Amino acid sequence: MNVIQYFQQHADEILQATLEHIWLVGITMAIAVAIAVPLGILVARRPWLSKPIVGTANVAETIPSLALLGILLPVPWLGERADRLAIAALTLYALLPIIRNTAAGIAGIDPAVREAARGMGMTERQILWQVELPLSLSTILAGIRVATVLTIGVATIAAAVGAGGLGEYIFRGLAMVNNSLILAGAIPAALLALGADFLLSVLEHRLSPAR
Amino acid sequence: MSEAAIIEFRDVSYSLPNGQALLKRLSLTVPLGETLVMLGRSGAGKTTAMKLINRLLEPSAGEVLVEGRLTTVWDAIALRRRIGYVIQEAGLFPHYTVEENVSLVPKLEGWPASRRRARAKELLALVALDPDQFLGRYPHQLSGGQRQRVGVARALAADPSILLMDEPFGALDPLTRAEIRQEFQELQRKLRKTIVLVTHDTSEALFLGTRIALMEAGELRGVYSPREFLKSNEPVAAAYVSQLHALEGFEGKQ
Repeated sequence: MNVIQYFQQHADEILQATLEHIWLVGITMAIAVAIAVPLGILVARRPWLSKPIVGTANVAETIPSLALLGILLPVPWLGERADRLAIAALTLYALLPIIRNTAAGIAGIDPAVREAARGMGMTERQILWQVELPLSLSTILAGIRVATVLTIGVATIAAAVGAGGLGEYIFRGLAMVNNSLILAGAIPAALLALGADFLLSVLEHRLSPAR
Repeated sequence: MSEAAIIEFRDVSYSLPNGQALLKRLSLTVPLGETLVMLGRSGAGKTTAMKLINRLLEPSAGEVLVEGRLTTVWDAIALRRRIGYVIQEAGLFPHYTVEENVSLVPKLEGWPASRRRARAKELLALVALDPDQFLGRYPHQLSGGQRQRVGVARALAADPSILLMDEPFGALDPLTRAEIRQEFQELQRKLRKTIVLVTHDTSEALFLGTRIALMEAGELRGVYSPREFLKSNEPVAAAYVSQLHALEGFEGKQ
């Protein structure tokens, strides 16, 4: 059976798996951004925290994904459900690029701009929301883009613990030595990654400060 | 303290956390309406002294008073919004238009939009920029001189009685600098603000200052009127003056 036929016959199932995949990645990215952007701001403000925070995220990044799922499995609340477990592991992977880019974006702002902001009587909060975040937004988005593309790829591993998504096809295909099945998972995953990369890069350029 | 002193340094020192002294026992009064120029080379402590006025820094010893009140008693944010601040390269926000940059402090102070807009137009006209042409532009679309003019307009927005200027014309080419200086002198006459201006340029100090505070290695060497400065026997002042005369000598050769 060739790949095209397989796609035609199983369009609904593949769509279902793709939506599951998007859901996994979406939740992961929402959590990762909520954690990593504040951490990145913290690192930019207190450079001595860079080593422990970026270092920890770096270590998480180096653990092989299957092993990370295994390590997290005995954790009480996380291990109870496959999707929780998968999202926790994926989130750990997504942190590093976002933390790094947030810190770099804020640290890269012209010191004269920050000094002018303070000198004119803006509060620290106003400086963060009206100056630092808008000016580093495109750099932060670049980090989110890298993390998203990475997560779309790694999320295929989530199927190993039964969290669903496009990885189901890949694992089944590997087990059955069926290339059509593998491609039914791999092609949509690759397209998702390309699509996310494109959309986020458009957004990034839109939001880059005029220079 | 004299009645009209608007800024006063009382035996003020400032040291970095590592103990390096940037400013040593400065005592100085700035009366209302004066343009005090702090003249000195880089590292002389002039910018440090200026930042003590709007509490970007706090004294390690001694006290600084603005309008008769200790800067450490002032709410830092309220104090800074009452004091215009102009720095080298202007420090304009690159993601804001000229109008948004100029309207920044009025907006922070909660002025209604119509009043902000009128004020922005008025200010641009004041610094010789056509409002219709410039309000909507971004800083990267301006020349260095135009940016500096916008920087001055922004500092004047909420009509502060004090203006602090740190090397405001330092990054400009000589011709533009001379032009803006001239304009600024006229502006000064019109507005009658109390101005503290930091520079390392002797001719700028003589041209704009009603008094010149000469700084060297964190210490105040003396306060002079421009006329007194030119005749001073103080070695550092004399060195600045002779450097000026060297230029004149060169002109004489032509």
